[in-house]
Amino acid sequence: MTTIATPTQSAPDAKAPDYNPKSDSVVAKRVRSTIFHIVALALVAVVLYPALWMMASSFKPNSEIGGSNTSLWSANFSFDNFVTAMDGIGGVSTMQFFTNSLILAIGAVVGTILSASVSAYAFARINFPGRNIFFGMMIATLLLPFHVVIIPQYIIFQQMGLVDTYVPLLLGKFLAADAFFVFLMVQFMRNLPAELDEAARIDGAGHVRIFSSIMLPLMKPALISTSIFSFIWSWNDFLGPLLYLNTPEKYPLPLALRLFVDQTQSSDYGAMIAMSMLALLPVLVFFLIFQRYIVEGVSTQGLKG
Amino acid sequence: MTQSPTLSRRSTSSTTPLPRKPRQRGADTRAGYTFLLPWLLGFIALTVGPMISSLYLSFTNYNLFEPPKWIGLDNYTTLFQDERFLQSVGVTLSYVVFGTPLKLAAALAIAMLLNSKRRGQGFYRSAFYAPSLIGASVSIAIVWKAIFGDSGPVDQGLSFFGINLGGWVGNPDMTMPMMILLTVWQFGAPMVIFLAGLKQIPGELYEAASMDGAGPVRKFFNITWPMLSPVIFFNLLMETIHAFQIFASAYIISNGEGGPADSTLFYTLYLYLRGFSDFRMGYASAMAWLLVIVVGIITLIFFRTSKSWVHYSGDSK
Repeated sequence: MTTIATPTQSAPDAKAPDYNPKSDSVVAKRVRSTIFHIVALALVAVVLYPALWMMASSFKPNSEIGGSNTSLWSANFSFDNFVTAMDGIGGVSTMQFFTNSLILAIGAVVGTILSASVSAYAFARINFPGRNIFFGMMIATLLLPFHVVIIPQYIIFQQMGLVDTYVPLLLGKFLAADAFFVFLMVQFMRNLPAELDEAARIDGAGHVRIFSSIMLPLMKPALISTSIFSFIWSWNDFLGPLLYLNTPEKYPLPLALRLFVDQTQSSDYGAMIAMSMLALLPVLVFFLIFQRYIVEGVSTQGLKG
Repeated sequence: MTQSPTLSRRSTSSTTPLPRKPRQRGADTRAGYTFLLPWLLGFIALTVGPMISSLYLSFTNYNLFEPPKWIGLDNYTTLFQDERFLQSVGVTLSYVVFGTPLKLAAALAIAMLLNSKRRGQGFYRSAFYAPSLIGASVSIAIVWKAIFGDSGPVDQGLSFFGINLGGWVGNPDMTMPMMILLTVWQFGAPMVIFLAGLKQIPGELYEAASMDGAGPVRKFFNITWPMLSPVIFFNLLMETIHAFQIFASAYIISNGEGGPADSTLFYTLYLYLRGFSDFRMGYASAMAWLLVIVVGIITLIFFRTSKSWVHYSGDSK
């Protein structure tokens, strides 16, 4: 991705015997830089090993995964595992699971963007009694373990006959239940100059106009980070679907994977790893495309991965 | 890549609105609540309401099919005689107490290693961050189980060096180190936050310390640590709270049972089993409320003690 300089070769030449302090420090710098890259690359190799192992194993025949075979390379690489994995499980094709995951993730993105941006505008740009109290409560929900609400929520959705539908999984997204995104957008909007609203107000614009034609366009970076993260979180979510979905036809990928693990139980290791790999693929592709947004989003907003 | 963050952490002025005419104020109040409506509805219907009803349920016997029966504090007293509950508390605490500091230490060490103007910054940062994005997924739990499996690659690699631990996944003594390694592996997210914090420390401080003859250790304790303390505090608080809530990885690695010998019976997993396999909803609600109380107390302790070691650059006067 990025070329890494390995200046080992030129280092000895620079150590000329004329004791020029400048060239001496150049040598020291190069040596230090080389050591840095060696250490950093070694760490990268260790950290990425599980991911590389997954990729390599997904192409290997069953007999070569695990056991005494630790090498990543194999002479027998093939797509067989993926062919098996695409067949799906429980009479449902993997394409169906993909579609389900996609519906849930897109629903989550749309819902979060709509509800969080509107609510954040109220917190950041409108002055009304009660605002600070509600803002404090919103921050408190960031720290609240959500397990305290899942049981009553389940009971309510069960009584409404909404278990085994996507409603319980998506309703919260349309009601800005992921407080992190509201917080992120509030922080972003507060940094936009107040003169914008004042000028618009003098021109007679109301809050709806100010929000839709001034704030929204300026909030693009925050909207993009929100979209990326709500997509990935929804894509990886396991507990929500585990609680609410019963029929395999409606399962998103993480649940399908669990079903796969339960039913094949190490009899088809390769296909299991291949399916795990497929389930992560969109996240990895997202990461490669949007790395900068993702990493910047984390460093500025403290977003969790 | 090394651009300074677009959003400064110290968000300066919130929009201090000018004093308005009463009519404008009424309009603002109406507009405020209208815009806030989605969040407010969600807050009441999905957070406050359920919290109150789970508090009520925690004093009842409820199995979803018969109406709840009031039993007072019985659920809470039973909890402390329930060996599996106590086991789940022990498992979760050792995960939080060992996993979180190790993860943050790794994050800080590598952030300091990367905090230079050398080439390849962007690449390293992304590579180290990637596990944070996928680490909590079912896919990675499956992979983790496989590479730590008996005679899996990790076991093979260690036995090459003459270390035989007797397997990880099937060995109750080794499952906790395995779970801790899984969380430490995701050090990238706090690392990126540390890096952003380190970049804000003015280089002159280190130069001045060097002139006074301070070595790297003194520089770390007298400059880096205090200057970074707000970021350390933030990471410590968030990571601790998140660590209490680990679920998917534990569920997958233990086939949803918390085994072997309940060594991966995390708090949330036990809560799930009680609530949604045994349908003991009252009991599970009591567990949920205990978790809220414990996390609340820990948060409070963190904030209280933070005054003695967290320094905000703004309030030095």
